[in-house]
Amino acid sequence: MPSADSLLPGSARSGTMLWLFVLALLVLAPFVGLYPVFLMNALCFAIFACAFNLLLGYTGLLSFGHAAFMGSAAYVTGWLVRSAGWPPELGVLAGTLAAMVLGTLVGLVAIRRQGIYFAMVTLAMAQMIYFICLQSPLTGGEDGLQGVPRGKLLGLLPLDDDRVMYFLVLAIFVAVFLGVVRIVHSPYGQVLKAIRENEPRAVSLGYDVDRYKLLAFVLSTTIAGLAGAMKTLVLGFASLSDVHWSLSGEVVLMTLLGGMGTFAGPVVGAFTIIGLQNFLADRVGSWVTVIIGVIFVFCVIAFRKGIVGELLAWQQRRRAG
Amino acid sequence: MNEVFGIPIQAFLGQLLLGLVNGSFYAMLSLGLAVIFGLLGIVNFAHGALYMIGAYVAWLCLEKFGLNYWAALVVAPVVVGFVGVVVEKAFLKHLYKLDPLYGLLLTFGLALIAEGVFRDQFGVSGQQYPVPELLQGATNLGFMVLPNYRAWVVVACLTVCLGTWFVIEKTSLGSTLRASTENPTLVQAFGINVPMMVTLTYAGGAALAALAGVLAAPVIQITPLMGSNLIIVVFAVVVIGGMGSILGSIITGVVLGLLEGLTKVFYPEASNIVVFVIMVIVLMVRPAGLFGKEK
Repeated sequence: MPSADSLLPGSARSGTMLWLFVLALLVLAPFVGLYPVFLMNALCFAIFACAFNLLLGYTGLLSFGHAAFMGSAAYVTGWLVRSAGWPPELGVLAGTLAAMVLGTLVGLVAIRRQGIYFAMVTLAMAQMIYFICLQSPLTGGEDGLQGVPRGKLLGLLPLDDDRVMYFLVLAIFVAVFLGVVRIVHSPYGQVLKAIRENEPRAVSLGYDVDRYKLLAFVLSTTIAGLAGAMKTLVLGFASLSDVHWSLSGEVVLMTLLGGMGTFAGPVVGAFTIIGLQNFLADRVGSWVTVIIGVIFVFCVIAFRKGIVGELLAWQQRRRAG
Repeated sequence: MNEVFGIPIQAFLGQLLLGLVNGSFYAMLSLGLAVIFGLLGIVNFAHGALYMIGAYVAWLCLEKFGLNYWAALVVAPVVVGFVGVVVEKAFLKHLYKLDPLYGLLLTFGLALIAEGVFRDQFGVSGQQYPVPELLQGATNLGFMVLPNYRAWVVVACLTVCLGTWFVIEKTSLGSTLRASTENPTLVQAFGINVPMMVTLTYAGGAALAALAGVLAAPVIQITPLMGSNLIIVVFAVVVIGGMGSILGSIITGVVLGLLEGLTKVFYPEASNIVVFVIMVIVLMVRPAGLFGKEK
C-alpha cells in the first residue's frame, strides 16, 4: 500500500503544489456559484472519512460502526446548542468530547477481538448506540433534533452567513487533514503501520499493540465526532440516519473508493459519494441504495486500490517504465 | 400460582415462547453463518438479505402463483440456494486469497443491492403472510395457551439445526467438509472437488437462511429491511458463541432468544439491546466467545 502521496511525477514539492492548488480551488469554490451547503456537507464527510482512514488505512482495523460516533456527537451538539442554548464552539467541543468518551468505551471492548470479529463487534455496539438514541427522550426519536441554530462563533462571527460557515468548516477540514498527515508520519504512525502489516511481529518487538490500537481508535472516533458536530451546525439538524449502520457502510465505501491508506483517497471518495447521492437523489429514488451497493461490489472485486491508489500505481509504473 | 414475580403466567410464558421463536431464528441464521465462515472464510453480511428474499419468495408464491406455504418451504430454499450458487461463482470465488474483510464488504454491497431492489419493487410497508390452515389456532395446555404455529416454528427450526449438525459432524459428507475447512489443498489431492463443495456450502447456507425466512413469514411483517435488522443481532450472537462450533451456535442462539424474551417481560425498554450488552460482558470475560478457541 502506498504511503507517500505526491500525485504528480517528481518530487514532494510538486505534491505540495498540487495541494495548494486544490486548497485554492476550495477557497474559491463558493464564489464561483457552487452551493456552499453541499460543499460544507461534503467537507464534513471528508473529515469523517479521513478519521476512518486513519483506522482502516493506517492501522488495518475495520470499524463497521463509525456512524455511532459521528451521530452521537451530532446529537450532543444539536441538543446543547438548541435546547440548552450553548454557543456553537462549546457545543462542537462537547460533541467531540462525547465521541471521544464513547470511542474509548467501545474501543476498550472491541480491541479484545481482531480482524473480522472486530468489525462485527463494532457493528453490534454501534447498533446498541442506535437503539439508545432511538429510545432516548433527548434525541427526538424518529423526528430527530430539528432547527439547530448556528449562532455566532465566539459571539462575534455570524455563522448564519453561509460563506462564514464555509470558511470555518474548510479551516477545520484543513487542520484535520494536516493533523492526520502529521500523525501518520510520526513515530507513532509508523508503529501503527507496523501493526497493520504484521501484528504478531509488532508484539514480538515489544510494542504494547493494544494501547496503540486503542489510541488510534479513540483518535479516529474523536475526529469522526468533530465531523458529526460540524455537520449538525451546517445542516441545522441531527437525526437517526446519522447513527444508522448504513452510514457506517457509506464511510467504508468512501475510503475504499477513494483509496484506503492514501491521504487524498478519503477526501476524493467523500466528494464522489456525496456528489453522487446529491445528483441521484431526485432522479432515481430508492435505486440510490442499489447503485451504492453496485459500487461497493465493483470496488471490492476490481478496484481495491481506489481512485487515488490507482493513480499512484499508474504514476509508479510510468516512472519505472 | 397465576403469577411469576408479579407478572401473569400466561403473559410470562407467552413472551418466553416468543423469545424461543426468535432464538430459533438466531440459531438457524448463526448456524449458516458459521458453516459458510468455516469453509469460505467469509462473514456473509448478505445472510440477512437471503433471509428476506426467502420470505418474499414465499409471499410471491402465494400471491402470484397460488403455491401454498408447504410448497414455499421447498421452493424458497431452492430458489435462494440457486442465487447462492450464482453469487459464489460470480463474486465470492475471487476473494478467497484476500483478507476476509473484503468478503464482509462485498456481501455488504450485495445486501444493499438486494434491499434496494426489493424496496423499489415492494415499498417499505410490510406484507402479511397468513398462517397456513393446518397450523391455525392454539392448543390449551392447561397452564398456557400455545399458538400452534409458534410451536411448529420452534420444532421445525430445531429439527433443521440438529439435522445440519448431524450431517456435518456424523456423516462422511460432513467429514469431507470439515477436512476441507482444515486443509483444502490436501483434500483436493484426494480427488475431491473442493471448489464445488465450497459452492454447495454457500448455497446450503443461503438455503437455510431462506428456509428461516419462510418460517418467519407468518409471524412477522415482511419488509425489505427485515434482514439487516436481524443480521446485526445474529452477528452479536456469533461473537458471543464463537464461530468454531456448530452445536455452540445453536445453543447460543436459542439461549439468547430466551434471554431477550425474559427482558421483554421484566424491562421492555432494554429488550432491543440486551443481546449487545451480553456480548460486551462475554468479550470482557471470555474474548474468544463461549464456544470459541483462542488462536
